[in-house]
Amino acid sequence: MTLLWIPLLTLLGVLVPALTARRGRGFCTLATVTLPAMALLLTLSQVPALLDGELPRVALSWIPSLGLDLAFRMDGLSLMFATLILGIGLLIILYAHFYLSAGEPYGRFYAYLVLFMLSMLGIVMADNLLLLWIFWELTSLSSFLLIGYWSHWTDARKGARMAMTVTGAGGLALLAGFLLLGDMVGSFDLGVVLSSADVILADPRYPVMLVLVLLGAFTKSAQFPFHFWLPHAMAAPTPVSAYLHSATMVKAGIFLMARLHPALGDSELWGWLVTLTGMTTFLYGAWFALLKTDLKAILAFSTVSHLGLVTALLGIGSPMAILAALFHILNHATFKGALFMSAGIIDHETGARELGKLGGLRRAMPITALLTTITAASMAGVPLLNGFLSKEMFFTETLDTALLGGLGWLLPVLATLGGILSVAYSLRLVHGVFFKPAKEVPPKSPHEPPRLMRAPVELLATLCVAVGLFPAALATGILDLATRAVLREPLDFHLAIWHGVNLPLVMSLAALAAGITAYGLHSNIRHFARQFAPIDARLVFEGTIQSLVARTQTLTHRLENGSLQRYMSLLLGTALLLATLGLVELPELAGDKPTQPLDAMLVLGSALMIFAALGTAITHRYRLISLLMLSVVGLVVSLTFARFSAPDLALTQLSVEVVTMILLMLALFFLPQKTPQESSASRIIRDLVLAGTLGMVVASLNYAVLTREIDSIAGFFIANSVPGGGGHNVVNVILVDFRGFDTLGEITVLALAGLAIFKLLNRLRLFMPHSDGEGRVWSPDRYPMILTTVSQALLPLALLVAAFIFLRGHNMPGGGFIAGLVTAVALILVYMARGVEWTQNRLDFPYQPVAIGGVAVATLTGLGSWLFGRPFLTSAFGHFHIPLVGDIELATAMLFDLGVYLAVVGATLMILANLGKLTTPHRPTKEAPAVSRKETPAPPSEEAPLILDTEKSQRPSKEKA
Amino acid sequence: MMQHLVILPIVLPLVAGVVLLRSRQGNTHHKRVIGVSATVALLAVAIALVIKASSGEVTYYAVGDWQPPFGIVMVLDRLSALMILLTAILALGCVVFACAGDDEQGSNFHGLFQLQLMGINGAFLTGDLFNLFVFFEVLLLASYALLMHGGGKARIQAGVHYVVLNLAGSSLFLIAVGVLYGATGTLNMADMAVRLSELNPERAGLVSAGALLLLVVFGLKAAILPLYFWMPRAYAAAPAPVAALFAIMTKVGIYAILRVYHLVFGDHAGPLAALEQPWVWWLSLATLVVAAIGVLAARDLRLLVAYLVLVSVGTLLAGIGIHTPQAISALLFYLVHTTLVTGGLFLLAELIGLQRGKANTRLVKGRPLQNGGLLASLFFLSAVAVAGLPPLSGAIGKALLLDATPADHQPWLWPILLGAGLCSLVALSRAGSTLFWRSHEGEPNRAPLTRRQLFGVSWLLGASPLLVILAGPVSDYTQATAEQLASPDPHIQALLPEAVAGGDT
Repeated sequence: MTLLWIPLLTLLGVLVPALTARRGRGFCTLATVTLPAMALLLTLSQVPALLDGELPRVALSWIPSLGLDLAFRMDGLSLMFATLILGIGLLIILYAHFYLSAGEPYGRFYAYLVLFMLSMLGIVMADNLLLLWIFWELTSLSSFLLIGYWSHWTDARKGARMAMTVTGAGGLALLAGFLLLGDMVGSFDLGVVLSSADVILADPRYPVMLVLVLLGAFTKSAQFPFHFWLPHAMAAPTPVSAYLHSATMVKAGIFLMARLHPALGDSELWGWLVTLTGMTTFLYGAWFALLKTDLKAILAFSTVSHLGLVTALLGIGSPMAILAALFHILNHATFKGALFMSAGIIDHETGARELGKLGGLRRAMPITALLTTITAASMAGVPLLNGFLSKEMFFTETLDTALLGGLGWLLPVLATLGGILSVAYSLRLVHGVFFKPAKEVPPKSPHEPPRLMRAPVELLATLCVAVGLFPAALATGILDLATRAVLREPLDFHLAIWHGVNLPLVMSLAALAAGITAYGLHSNIRHFARQFAPIDARLVFEGTIQSLVARTQTLTHRLENGSLQRYMSLLLGTALLLATLGLVELPELAGDKPTQPLDAMLVLGSALMIFAALGTAITHRYRLISLLMLSVVGLVVSLTFARFSAPDLALTQLSVEVVTMILLMLALFFLPQKTPQESSASRIIRDLVLAGTLGMVVASLNYAVLTREIDSIAGFFIANSVPGGGGHNVVNVILVDFRGFDTLGEITVLALAGLAIFKLLNRLRLFMPHSDGEGRVWSPDRYPMILTTVSQALLPLALLVAAFIFLRGHNMPGGGFIAGLVTAVALILVYMARGVEWTQNRLDFPYQPVAIGGVAVATLTGLGSWLFGRPFLTSAFGHFHIPLVGDIELATAMLFDLGVYLAVVGATLMILANLGKLTTPHRPTKEAPAVSRKETPAPPSEEAPLILDTEKSQRPSKEKA
Repeated sequence: MMQHLVILPIVLPLVAGVVLLRSRQGNTHHKRVIGVSATVALLAVAIALVIKASSGEVTYYAVGDWQPPFGIVMVLDRLSALMILLTAILALGCVVFACAGDDEQGSNFHGLFQLQLMGINGAFLTGDLFNLFVFFEVLLLASYALLMHGGGKARIQAGVHYVVLNLAGSSLFLIAVGVLYGATGTLNMADMAVRLSELNPERAGLVSAGALLLLVVFGLKAAILPLYFWMPRAYAAAPAPVAALFAIMTKVGIYAILRVYHLVFGDHAGPLAALEQPWVWWLSLATLVVAAIGVLAARDLRLLVAYLVLVSVGTLLAGIGIHTPQAISALLFYLVHTTLVTGGLFLLAELIGLQRGKANTRLVKGRPLQNGGLLASLFFLSAVAVAGLPPLSGAIGKALLLDATPADHQPWLWPILLGAGLCSLVALSRAGSTLFWRSHEGEPNRAPLTRRQLFGVSWLLGASPLLVILAGPVSDYTQATAEQLASPDPHIQALLPEAVAGGDT
């Protein structure tokens, strides 16, 4: 469990700076340091156990179905990296305390930094591949925040995005690789994976998996050709560059390769891919480090180069090469961390980072000069410093490896070439900053930094020298543990400064000598390099992304062109395709049920319907005619229902037709007078084919269904209508009882439609045409006398009919739905004859409560059955004797039907009134807050008929209410 | 009351909706109290339902006391309970957010909101194909009214596309139900499953025509590739709390596909079993590609989130296309995550837009935000979650799905899904750095955040870390749900004890 506390303490440490930021910077820094320091002590406390050959680990089950456990381990490799992460992390926090300027939100900075520390710890300690991946992506995220810390600066934003995109993409590849790997060995447990090398190497998916995993590692460790994000990540504050982009995060990829080396490393593919990538990166980085003039850019490219060196060593993969790789990781972290901090000090104290602007600083900053010289010398591989030792081991390994076969001599040559370049750029850095006379006066007068700001650099420089002098005493222990973790067996090795005169030593000395010469010829080299157009990776990257975005925008616009016709044709086309696929599987269209004989009525009706349907489509530009045609279709449908003994349906269809037609006419009134352009011929053909074939397919489906016998549940309804539902009209009993729940839903829909139309129209301002499509002005006769008289006389009659239809509904054709529609039609007639305002003055109540009240009545009827312990909407009925009236059957279903009636009337009138209101002078122009509005308009100053309004139309839609 | 528990998710919002809608006027405060308490009550009911369902038993509620297959039944199993709970959680965040003032932008907000919930819950509970159609209508009309809430040209325009396409879909639904009823003689889904197992093979073509037409309808609701066009603009135009609630609407389509093609067209349907699978699989991949392109192309944060919803649709449908219990389990986990996080993102986009004044949510340089730090942190968290990066829930969901992908599906799904994730990452990092980092000098727009708004956003986004911590139990539940879906026999036997489903089983 101790192990769990290491990440846990760091996790808590993320919160500390946020909580203590208000107490002043000193306090905040101290508080921030506390928990990671404890984590470091805990880490070191694991050493004895490790020396005893134990493998401390802890595992908590997390998501068993994914194989993801919260499992941590602490082997030598984890120990080495954890010490590095926490140790350097603490130094960086201390350094950042001085580096950040007064006004900056340091609390946030510390929090991000500790968050990053946590994610790195997670990577190196994870004992489960998926857990490792989680922390892996977390480093990308926290580094995004850290690079973008100076967010007002465009370089910082772009650098942050670039780093995140590249490493994020690598992370996704890594996830795929890990999932494949887990699939091969059957577990994501690191212990299992590491001991399954033979299974993994034999798997046919090995090459794919390896490439995916290496993509993750290479992007993170800035290997060529993914290196380009690293130099631009230098837009981050220097403590971040020192920590993330030299000492730790970029080592995550290398860590991963070392971690998985036992499982994946024993193959030719690994050797080639990793070594060659590493060598390329090594040389590429070194070359550009020599050309750059910005201090941090030089360091960034040299970091790329050194990462390449370590990668190449891991690719070579012999035990000694692994040792050299691990040793160089440690050494690089010390000297490069120190160098970055020195660069930050120089920047901080002089305000300049360009080599051109710096020079002669050894007088003003003698101690910094000394420290920088030592660490740069270590970077260059000068003897008696730690960098020399690991670099010489690298030379030895390039000589010893069997990779490349006959071209094996190439590796040491390239290695020496890289060595030469690194001597040259190190020399240039030190000489250029401290020793060469200054060309111009720096922005600030330089002086030594605060004592404590320099302390981390001093510590690291001391380490460089100490390890360089006494490698056996200082580095053997940790390296022994770390190599044991990678090689899975103890390695017998001896670190020493002097191995006698041998080829590697000659290579080192040659590199030193040639490097100094190269620096001498440096201006010629720069001159040569100037012939190549400089490529700014950031511009290229941003350009690529931007052109990608532009291209996606074109594509999206081409696909989603905003045309409803296109979307509709796609919908119908898809339906056509899928329905056809089913239909063609049918052996034959007609089933075994005999067809009924045709008679003259049927033929005539069908002919009429076909004619009217075609007419609707053909005349769709003449709205009124088209609408008339449509009503003919509806009428014939009603007649068909009547003909095939469905009087209920016929009645419903008929009244629905009437209401729909009137509402449609109202709506058509507002359509623009301009006739839209005729579709192109090809469009007409497309629509014709689509509509025609879809019609045929649906008709065929109908025919196929109707000509087959079905054994349906309908028999139950017929049998149970009287005994179970108490009604002889099966259709009505189905509506209000068997499937009353559907009806409840449908009346809710109706009420919702009313509400939706209110919402739609209430803010709408429409142009009111003054004449019809042919330019004829509307009739000046506002209240046609006959219509007025008839409608008024008709109203009570219609209400009586509605009541009759309603009451008989349970046993004979009728019911609440039809009664509601009949009532609505009668009221609509009054509206039409008398105008909106006249009617509304007399029907002076809002319609929404009527519609909603209907739903409420139906719902309450349903809830009533709960009182009797029965399920929702259970009906009850009985026969009662009422004096004078006689025996009568009453059912709760009638109450439900009353709800239906009210909902239908209310919703229809809501729609009508709202449409009608648009034609009055009091058209609402704004849907005001619900509290203050009334549905009925203000008292009329002038009566306006519903449609036949001439006066208002002369000045359309200008007035405001 | 316990005996009526199963129907409460429908009746409760219906009653609340009726009470709220009884008049357009009325005290806003009262309406808010009613709306929020009804939603809290719904949440409590949903929790009770999940507890009830996690025993693994399938229970039903026969409305009107008419037993299946004749009456309409509401069926509770693990899947419907999960969906109801998800709806309730989402709705609570939305309704509280709306109480900060969005509800006053037009009439009847709270009542319509409750009826919308009724429609959604009904669709999740019903065991009857025609009743499913009815609830589709309820939720369509309610959502249309809510989409219009607050008015404006963009909403009306998007609303026309939305309502016209969906009404066309409703007609297709009716045709499909008619064909299926004509071929099988029943509307109860469990009964239809039984009848399909003994179907006259001559009629298989008819049934498959009906089934595939249904797929078009559900695909339209779910917003799958050639049918998704109503979605992005409508979601981007909707008022924030409505858009957030709409996060569950595409999932209604996904749910319907899961339910119908597992229950009715399960293994017992013989040659008709899983007939939707190849279509869903290939179209889901295409949807993912188009969605990723849309994500990159979006120039407005709301539109970006709408396309992220489309990405999630593609991801979920891919899970259905794989059709193994592991994949279904993964997709259910992802579904919970994506619904809540995209809902939260819609709310967050509103807050960001309000503080940016004229620039609103357009991804252009604008003025600095008054609460930049807080909003940026919330945006960062939600972006991490929605792009599927660890340590938040999207990564877990995605990893589960990738892990559940069988070898022959991997070469298709992995690159596309991971690529879509990368596109989201690029688009979100660009959006975030434009919104929060790249600002003019100038005064922020005064639009102080209210506690209700912050509650709404953090309630939804807080689900993501919670899902990570509880990933074990949640994925156990989804695993059990997927297994329950994969073997529909107990489900059928619970509803129709006499019927022996599957013929030979």
